[in-house]
Amino acid sequence: MHSKHWISALALTAGLVMGGIAQAQTTVRIAWYSDGNEGEVITDLLKRFEAQNKDIKVVLDQVPYKAITENLPVQLASGQGPDIARVVDLGGIARYALDLRPHLKDAAYWEKNFGPFLPWMRPEGDTKAITGFMTQLTVTGPFVNKTLFEQAGIALPSAKATWEDWGKAVKDVAAKVQAPFPLAMDRSGHRFFSVAISEGAKVFDAKGEPAVIDDGFKRGAKLVYDWHNNGVMKKELWGSVSGTAYRGANDEFKNAQVVMYQSGSWQIAQFDKTVGDAFDWIAVPSPCGAGNCSGMPGGAGLVAIKTTKSPEAVAKVMDYLASEPVLSEFYARSLFVPGHLGIAAKGLDYQGASAPAKAALKVFSDQVAQLSPVAYQLQGYTSNRVIFNAVISRLGQAISGEGSLDEAYKRMESDIAQQIAERKK
Amino acid sequence: MASDAPIPAASSDRAGTASLFAAPLALLMRLIDWPMQVLQRLIGERRMAYVFLLPNLVFFSLFVFLPLVINFIFSVTGGAGLFPSERPYVGAQQYAYLFDCGSFLDASSCREDHFWRGVANTARFTVFQVTAMVLFSLLTAVVLNMKIKARGFFRAVYFFPVLLSPVVVALTWKWILQRDGLLNAAITSLGGERILFLVDPSWAMFWIVFVSIWAHMGFYTLILLAGLQAIPADLYEAAEMDATPRWRVFWRITLPLLWPNMIVVIVLALIRGVQTFDEVFVLTGGGPGTATLMVVHYIYETAFANQVQNFGLAAAASVVLGVVLFALTLAQLAASRRKGAA
Repeated sequence: MHSKHWISALALTAGLVMGGIAQAQTTVRIAWYSDGNEGEVITDLLKRFEAQNKDIKVVLDQVPYKAITENLPVQLASGQGPDIARVVDLGGIARYALDLRPHLKDAAYWEKNFGPFLPWMRPEGDTKAITGFMTQLTVTGPFVNKTLFEQAGIALPSAKATWEDWGKAVKDVAAKVQAPFPLAMDRSGHRFFSVAISEGAKVFDAKGEPAVIDDGFKRGAKLVYDWHNNGVMKKELWGSVSGTAYRGANDEFKNAQVVMYQSGSWQIAQFDKTVGDAFDWIAVPSPCGAGNCSGMPGGAGLVAIKTTKSPEAVAKVMDYLASEPVLSEFYARSLFVPGHLGIAAKGLDYQGASAPAKAALKVFSDQVAQLSPVAYQLQGYTSNRVIFNAVISRLGQAISGEGSLDEAYKRMESDIAQQIAERKK
Repeated sequence: MASDAPIPAASSDRAGTASLFAAPLALLMRLIDWPMQVLQRLIGERRMAYVFLLPNLVFFSLFVFLPLVINFIFSVTGGAGLFPSERPYVGAQQYAYLFDCGSFLDASSCREDHFWRGVANTARFTVFQVTAMVLFSLLTAVVLNMKIKARGFFRAVYFFPVLLSPVVVALTWKWILQRDGLLNAAITSLGGERILFLVDPSWAMFWIVFVSIWAHMGFYTLILLAGLQAIPADLYEAAEMDATPRWRVFWRITLPLLWPNMIVVIVLALIRGVQTFDEVFVLTGGGPGTATLMVVHYIYETAFANQVQNFGLAAAASVVLGVVLFALTLAQLAASRRKGAA
């Protein structure tokens, strides 16, 4: 009997102690969306973090992209958001971001390696805060179905070819091989502005205020508009929906229906997996316009949220994820262009990637040097999605036959002015 | 509560699931019986009705009236803040913005043209959809009320789409209607030209009306079928004895006696038509251009899809939509009363 009592007492004590440990754990919630396999990769990395830091439990809420763009801002405004979030609307979310500097192990490491991207995540007027890091740096650019070019017996345009050259080439290829989509471009502001900026769009005036409609912008818009009227682009993407809706052509590209797909570097992992060896696909440098050969930078940032009750634990998680070995593994396994200057300078070994994926990653990485300062300025502008949405919505209307391009320009200007005024109220 | 009769305890011979629930229920009733009797003595038997209504009233106030009030408050405020305290009062500015039009018949002359395109599309959709819905539901109900073979099977078949989620309905039809969808596969296999149903504005409007009717007709058919079955058979027998033509029987007996159900169907279909969002949003995304953009879709875009979430303007549009729905509900009540009085 005595020994039984002794064992029971021990079990009770152990239970209480374990319960105490469990109670002492700090929970950090991360809202996360995925384009490819990065959700699996971050889960692996966080398990390792938890093993090293028994006092912190990290809950990864994997949510759809739409939940990040539409629901998260409302959650954050109500003070009910997660502790950390993976976001693409960096400027829009910046006012809810936590300045991590007082809690970081080495703020200088962050400045040194994430320097150019930190302003994208800072609240308006703030020039010092460190709120997060880029989980991926994206660059817009085209993917080409090389097999269709070969079947058509048409040579690929050169690295410095213009958008017009590409438009003509893909139309000829599509006509020869009966492909339904010569050129497909995501219905997205980033994709459109890669054309407009290369055509010389300046987007901002000398004071840094939006002055979107200029000659360069009009050249880009006219190009896209004309492509829809002369069969280079089909109306399924830009003309088929209203408002700010995003439409991509991933399925059409992987089914070999698209000759050239203007999208971006985040698609590499997906195409590597879904296209496989069905046909030869390549990424090509961003075509040139009257102004330059720039794409648009962008990407997703992991941002700490200021309503968190555990800033120290949040900073610990962020420090771990942003550390060079962890982030190298994350970028390499997710096939992402690194948003960490040190890693980018050393170069990444994408071990699991196929030869086409590695080649595509190199093309996009090389494109970073070609990006126009205007493209960086637009990406860093806190209300950039106001501009993107107005352009998508109104250009889409013009493409589907609702009014002229000139009417669309007037509407874009008034939409942008109205929304920015509303924000300033 | 008026009766002092004791609540019977669960009899010992009752076994199984019923007794499992009966015993705790009986216990609960015993527990609340005494305080309720005290309350009844204090406020009187007649006022007890309000006590019983109270839980529902609280629930209704919290989840219906309060949001209505909050929505109205938002409609007279501006800015991008979420809480009313963070939003500046702007009076009727949001309404003025919505109604700033050169001509209400030309959406492009309006400052907020998407709202008016939504209004025009919703009106067009509702007129076509409700007219076709009522006609097809009536026709189907009349046929299903006849003594035909496999009547039960057909009733189930027509009702089945009602059970489907609107998103499932829209996605299924999207797969049928898209460039490489089932319908185009059939057309091209017969030697026809591929039709881009969801890219052509006229086709897109036709298909959202069609899909909406397909998805909801079963519900309205059921209401009309119930009405048809409630018509006394002796009226038809008398008409048959008089050798009355069938169209006259339908016109003089069926339709007048079915009219109360018809009113319910018309008004419910009208209200649902004005509120249409989910199926159209998934099927066409409001496109091509703004050809199928509905008012509720406009409200959703304005409040949530833009970077600056313009809750004030969206709330003002909601109030306008609410007024329309309120008018439709009053029309239903008036029509029902007039019929009741007749």
